[in-house]
Order: sequence, then C-alpha cells, then structure tokens
Amino acid sequence: MPTRWLGALIPAVLVIIWELLWHIESLRMDSLSRPLDVAVALYHGLTDGTLLVATVETFEAALLGFLIAAVMGLFAGVVLGLMPWLERVVGPSIDAMRPVPSVALIPLALMIFGFGVRMEASVVAFACLWPILIVTISAVRSVDPSLLNVARVLEMTAWQRMVKIVLPAALARIAVGLQLALAISLVVAVTVEIVLNPRGLGHGMMSAQQAMRFDQMYAQLLWIGVVGWGLSAGSQALINICSPAYRAQRTKERT
Amino acid sequence: MLYNDLHERAGALHAAHSDMPAIRVHGLGMAFGEGATSRMVIKDMDLSVAAGEFLCIVGASGCGKTTLLRLLAGLARPTAGRVDFYGKSVTAPSRERAIVFQDYSRALLPWRTVAGNIALALETCGLPKAQHSQRIAQLAATMGLSHAIDQYPSQLSGGMQQRVQIARCLAQDPTLLLMDEPFGALDAITRQGLQDEVAHLAEAHGTTVVFITHDLEEAIYLGDRVIVLASNPGRILKEIPVNIPRPRHQLTTREDPRFLALRHELFGLLEGH
Repeated sequence: MPTRWLGALIPAVLVIIWELLWHIESLRMDSLSRPLDVAVALYHGLTDGTLLVATVETFEAALLGFLIAAVMGLFAGVVLGLMPWLERVVGPSIDAMRPVPSVALIPLALMIFGFGVRMEASVVAFACLWPILIVTISAVRSVDPSLLNVARVLEMTAWQRMVKIVLPAALARIAVGLQLALAISLVVAVTVEIVLNPRGLGHGMMSAQQAMRFDQMYAQLLWIGVVGWGLSAGSQALINICSPAYRAQRTKERT
Repeated sequence: MLYNDLHERAGALHAAHSDMPAIRVHGLGMAFGEGATSRMVIKDMDLSVAAGEFLCIVGASGCGKTTLLRLLAGLARPTAGRVDFYGKSVTAPSRERAIVFQDYSRALLPWRTVAGNIALALETCGLPKAQHSQRIAQLAATMGLSHAIDQYPSQLSGGMQQRVQIARCLAQDPTLLLMDEPFGALDAITRQGLQDEVAHLAEAHGTTVVFITHDLEEAIYLGDRVIVLASNPGRILKEIPVNIPRPRHQLTTREDPRFLALRHELFGLLEGH
C-alpha cells in the first residue's frame, strides 16, 4: 500500500468503531446517526442535486468575496509595501479594523444588501482582506535587498524593478496569503449561511438539524469537509503549476 | 542597436583615455551613523586603479573592504572625498561597473533558470531579444554552464551558482568588474578553478578588476597589485606590486620564491594589526 494512503487509516478506523457502537442498543443516540445512514443521505443528496446546488451557492459567495478581497488586498498591499510613509498613515486604521470579527458585520451587511449572495460575499471579502493585505505588505517589503542592489547595478527602471524583481520575489509569500484567505472564505460563507442567510451548505445543514434529519446533517458536514479539502488541494496544485522555483525545489528533493 | 552604440562608445572612451586610470579615489571617507555614535569605516583613502589592472584588496574583517567596493560601484555615497571612474564622478550604480556579490544565493533570481538569470542583464542592456539566446549560450559556454542552462539556482552547487552570477555580470559587458570575496564560501578545489577562469577572462577582455578577499594567497595569485587595508578606521596600510609573470599556475606559482616572499610580507603586515 502506498504510504500516502496511510493518512486515511485513522478516519477509517473511527468510522468502523462508530458503526459497531451503533449496534450496541444501550449506547445508541438519536443525535448520532449510523454511518451507513449518513452515507445513504450523502448519496441521495448528491444524486438528487440538492447538495450540489447548495455547494454552488456557497462557492459563489465564497469565491466572489475572495476575489474582491484579493484584488483590493493585492493592490493596496503592493502600494503600501512600496510606500512606508503611506503605511504609517493607514496602518493604525488597518490595525483598528482587523480585529473586528467578520461575523459581527452580518447585521450591517444585511442592512445594506439584504439576504442573498451580495451580503454573504461582502462579509467574506471583509474576512479575507486582512490576511491578503498584511501578507502582501510584508512580502513586498521583505524582498531581499541584495536583489534590489542587482536591479540598481543593472540600472533598471522603476517598472522593470517592479515586474522583474519585486513582484516575482514576493509572489511565493503572497500565494500563501491567498491560500489562507481562500480557506477563510469557505469558513465565513458557511458561517453566514448558518447564522441567517437562507442559501448554501450552511443553511442546508441548519434545516436538516431543525427537521431532526441528523443523517442529512452529518452528510452535509462530511461534504463540507470534502469540499474544503478539495479547495485547499486545488489551490496548492495551482500554486505548484505556477511556480517554477517550487517545482525546481521539489525535483531537487526527489533526486 | 543601442547595445552596439554603447559598445562603440565604451571603445572610444577607452581609446581616448588609455593613459587615464579607470578609478581614482580622492580623500575618500565613509562614516555610518551621526553625531556621537558616528563610526568611521573608511578614512582619508587615496587610490587609483589603472585600466586593465587586476587589483586585490586584503584586510581583516571590519576594515571596510565591502564598504569600499560599494562606494566604487556607486551603491553607496561617500561622506567625504570622491570616486572617479574614467574621470567622471561616481554618483550612482552603472552597468559599466558590474559587481559580483559574495552571497551568490541571494544575488540570483530563484524563480529564473540559469539562462533567465543571465538574460536579466541582457534585458536591461537593450540587446535585441533575437540575439539573447545566442549571447546566453556563448556566456554559458564561457563559464562552463552549458549543461545547466535550464536548471534553477537551487538545483546547482555553490560554485555553479557563483558561475551564474559571474556570467550575468559578464552579460552586462562591464569595463570594471568588482568582486566581493566571490569565492569565500567555496571549497578549495572549486575556488582554484574559478580563480584561474576569472584571471583568464580579465586578461582576455582587458577588464579592470577590483577583487576583495581575506585570503592572502588568493590576493597574490590573482593580483597585479595587492592593497593591504588596516581597520578602525579602514585605511591603506601598504600597496604591494606583484611581479610574478602571467599566466600563473596554481602549483608552480604558489611555490615561486617571489610568491612566498610576498606571502611573508603580507602575513607580517596583517599580523601586526
């Protein structure tokens, strides 16, 4: 068995124990569905399309919010990273807004946008903006000074320095910030749906719980886990494809 | 075309000033910090380097060697005196003065291949894109990098990475090559190989070289002249011409009585400080 499947060992054992415990009458609980029922609910959810529709709804809001945050965060981050004096002006305001829990903005967002994708995306964007902004500022600022010396000796223009040195040098770290924000986007989108937005996976889970359909609730919980894992694996794959230096590092490690 | 123009102008410059020193340093001083905490790193230094000369500078660490090189490159401005390059005051870095940094791992772009790193210098020199690959191939061959042209710096050994940096510096077609302890981090065998290659390249192209090292033997082996610096503040202790004919040889030159005599003299000078 390839070693990369070893990680599946613990979940598999837990599911088996859970299934076995269900057969012991005295331990049986209504709120803890039988794994087999959960699997059946997941299968039905996927085949009748309800789960997929909810997934698309959640992704729509999560990715829209992420995209808005990425554009704003990257632009502002590069500008602030290159202009320390401007960062001194804006920095305290950023530090004051950053600790505000994104969920606390739901009432405000609801007031502005009403129910729906725009309200959800705005809350997601707020949550995603900070990691992208902070990481971009620090990435641009921590470009190795010796690379900047190379740029000076080669008499590069400001534009050449930006495109050939600063951005590529900062990209690896910026990608980490984007990846972090992408994970946050899903968490916040589902949270907003659970709290009040009547759409998506979060809302689906709340409805199932209120209807005492715990098998469906677990199925959706499981599905959110799968989707989240897929999202992070997908973004990592994208980063690998886009990063030749990373590929070089990997080939070096393998040889 | 711009590139060719530059080339011609550089040539004309050389012809016109063949008797003019490449570098002339007058009363150079450099202090870091201000007021009471100010520290004098270089004080009242006068020095000139002839066109085509291979000058080595040795000194204990903290004698301002690297600062001096940064001043010659134009990466830093002196707090006193001036640096002239072919009669013109140095106020900013220039492509004509290439600098090989000691820390090659931080001077190469890790996201570009060997070819890409060499191309960086060509891109800023205005060489037409069509001629890039030919020039890259030629430079890679010169530095023994032909087989590694598509590899990334992280895949190369330290010696190979330093070769890439030297190739990039040659790509900017410099009249002056400034080298800051370029082989300090390399093993002895690699270092000797690169010493011979740099000596050969400088001689073949008539490039002026200012080479900083803390290795006395390296200084004598490579230099037409060795300058010994004293520290606190950095100043010239002694200038010693090296009258050993070229081409030099790693084994025989180092056994030459003249070589050994110079080594004794330099060792004594540095010991006394």
